[in-house]
Amino acid sequence: MVTAAAARTETPLAVGTDLSIRGVSHAFALDGKTLPVLQDISLDVAPGSFVALLGPSGCGKSTLLRLVAGLDRPRRGELLGDGEPIVGPDPSRVVVFQDPTLYPWRTVEGNVRLGLEARGLVKTHYDRVGAALRLVGLDRFASAYPHQLSGGMAQRAALARALVNDPRLLIMDEPLGKLDQLTRMTMQSEIVSLWRNAGFTALLVTHDVEEALLMAERVVVMTERPARIAAVLEVEKPYPRHRNDPDLVALRQRALELLGLGATW
Amino acid sequence: MSTIVDDRTGVGLAEFTDEDSAPRVGLRWRSALPPLAWLVLAGITTWWPSPQEWPRTEEFVALASTVAAVLALLAVLGPWLGVFGARVRHAEPWLIALAVIATVWELVTAKLAWLPVPFFMPPQAILEVYLDEGGKLAECVFYSGLLLVKGFAIGALVGFAYGVALGWSPRASYWGHPILRFVGPVPATAWLPFAFFAFPSSASAGVFLVALATGVPVAVLTWSGVASVNSAYYDIARTLGASERFLVGKVAIPAAMPHVFVGLFMGLAGAFAVLVVAEMMGVKAGLGWYLQWAQGWGAYSNMYAALAVLALLCSGAISLLFAVRDRLLAWQKGMLRW
Ligand SMILES: Nc1ncnc2c1ncn2[C@@H]1O[C@H](COP(=O)(O)OP(=O)(O)O)[C@@H](O)[C@H]1O
Ligand SMILES: [Mg+2]
Repeated sequence: MVTAAAARTETPLAVGTDLSIRGVSHAFALDGKTLPVLQDISLDVAPGSFVALLGPSGCGKSTLLRLVAGLDRPRRGELLGDGEPIVGPDPSRVVVFQDPTLYPWRTVEGNVRLGLEARGLVKTHYDRVGAALRLVGLDRFASAYPHQLSGGMAQRAALARALVNDPRLLIMDEPLGKLDQLTRMTMQSEIVSLWRNAGFTALLVTHDVEEALLMAERVVVMTERPARIAAVLEVEKPYPRHRNDPDLVALRQRALELLGLGATW
Repeated sequence: MSTIVDDRTGVGLAEFTDEDSAPRVGLRWRSALPPLAWLVLAGITTWWPSPQEWPRTEEFVALASTVAAVLALLAVLGPWLGVFGARVRHAEPWLIALAVIATVWELVTAKLAWLPVPFFMPPQAILEVYLDEGGKLAECVFYSGLLLVKGFAIGALVGFAYGVALGWSPRASYWGHPILRFVGPVPATAWLPFAFFAFPSSASAGVFLVALATGVPVAVLTWSGVASVNSAYYDIARTLGASERFLVGKVAIPAAMPHVFVGLFMGLAGAFAVLVVAEMMGVKAGLGWYLQWAQGWGAYSNMYAALAVLALLCSGAISLLFAVRDRLLAWQKGMLRW
């Protein structure tokens, strides 16, 4: 029997979701008033590409990701995954949130197998749990409980929980935001190499300019709330990238200007 | 692994972490105190003259002497008994205290007769109850235990299901919430008159009352547990392809378990209260009934003896529930140990 994982290694680049966001606007009702959060966002994300959303805190990045994941529906506009409207969550689109949100009553292994369990695939695809744990370097902590993990380890476990499902679109909402500088730099390059090996489409939200430029092929800079797309920066640099690369430094200056910080930095 | 170390007494298990080495705790003079204390109790009971003859005094002396002998043996063998020996050493202050309490008790009742006689009696009178009426008391424990187990199990299961339904389904909440709000605050004992004529037997009425006392707090706490589950847990599961059934069974319920156990503890306490009252009022069996009967006949030593057994039963049930919780909720940190 050919497993999905085996089939994928033969055709590594065909599995990413083709994501299309068309004229999406969204708002929340807050104290009887409407709070506009997203305003006419249109964006095409090619299959297998890595796109970063960069914007000030509170502008609506997480809101947009929830729409992409199918956890919420937009007030206006539509989102398409491979041409099909996104109307609800789907295991091919997996989210890694800023907080690892591991289930505290399950061990690391129990958390990682969650997606397989939810879809009744534990028996047939159990080998993926071990593989995902090895991938993030947590195989020795399989039987630990979340409260026994450090912040970085917990976030790795959350990443393994996402990867076990063999996602076609990996949605990451500031996944490294709460980690210390060293762990963060390590995980930035780990996520990039995971993406390069697996071929999924990656959508990363961050408010860290450098992180966006180091990891993504395209950086979408957003405005203050209600968020619009201010500019899309193409980062045509091969991996691994170096943070002191003069082209990246120039792009960083441009991004900071777009975010309204050009003069201070 | 648990370590039993007491800072105040300095008695601990720490010295026994590696058991293969020769014992490092030699004979301690302090270990001689508990057997001595029990020997003093036996001696005073035998040789101090009593103004009144109390039956079963010899048996009581024999019991105290046996305890003294066993404790003396443990004191000598202690260093070779490993963890068990350390446990005994940890219990030494309590073993002494118990003997002192029993001696004072013996003195103020049998020997000096300072306390009024029908209401207060020496320890041998309690022993007399256990020796003469042990079978009857055991029967009462059986009936009380049966009523408790049946009522608690039914109440816990129904309350849990009710709480999950209330926390999960808006429709169940629409109909179930007003009922719980209206019926819940009524003390279970208020249903007593109703239960005894509405149910075919007093035993089934007792089960109903205990189940009611258990079910209400379990339902309320389960409901609040399910309702307060971090919504991010659901988001995670939904993006991973979870069905509604999975969300209830594998997310909502496990996340609510700490609340459920608070409800179970409250329910168990309520169950004890209503159990005793139900047995006193109509069930005609069990420890509550025995207490009532003993009080009616002025058999005060029987009453104290039954109270002690009731205390054992209740604290045993609570300990059992704690043990279950410690197993199921081992993932929680900073849990209260019973
Ligand atoms: N469920 C909600 N109800 C009301 N307001 C919300 C809700 N979620 C987010 N918001 C508001 O929408 C704005 C954007 O939030 P978010 O998308 O989380 O920002 P970001 O991720 O860019 O920091 C914030 O002002 C926030 O208060
Ligand atoms: Mg956010």
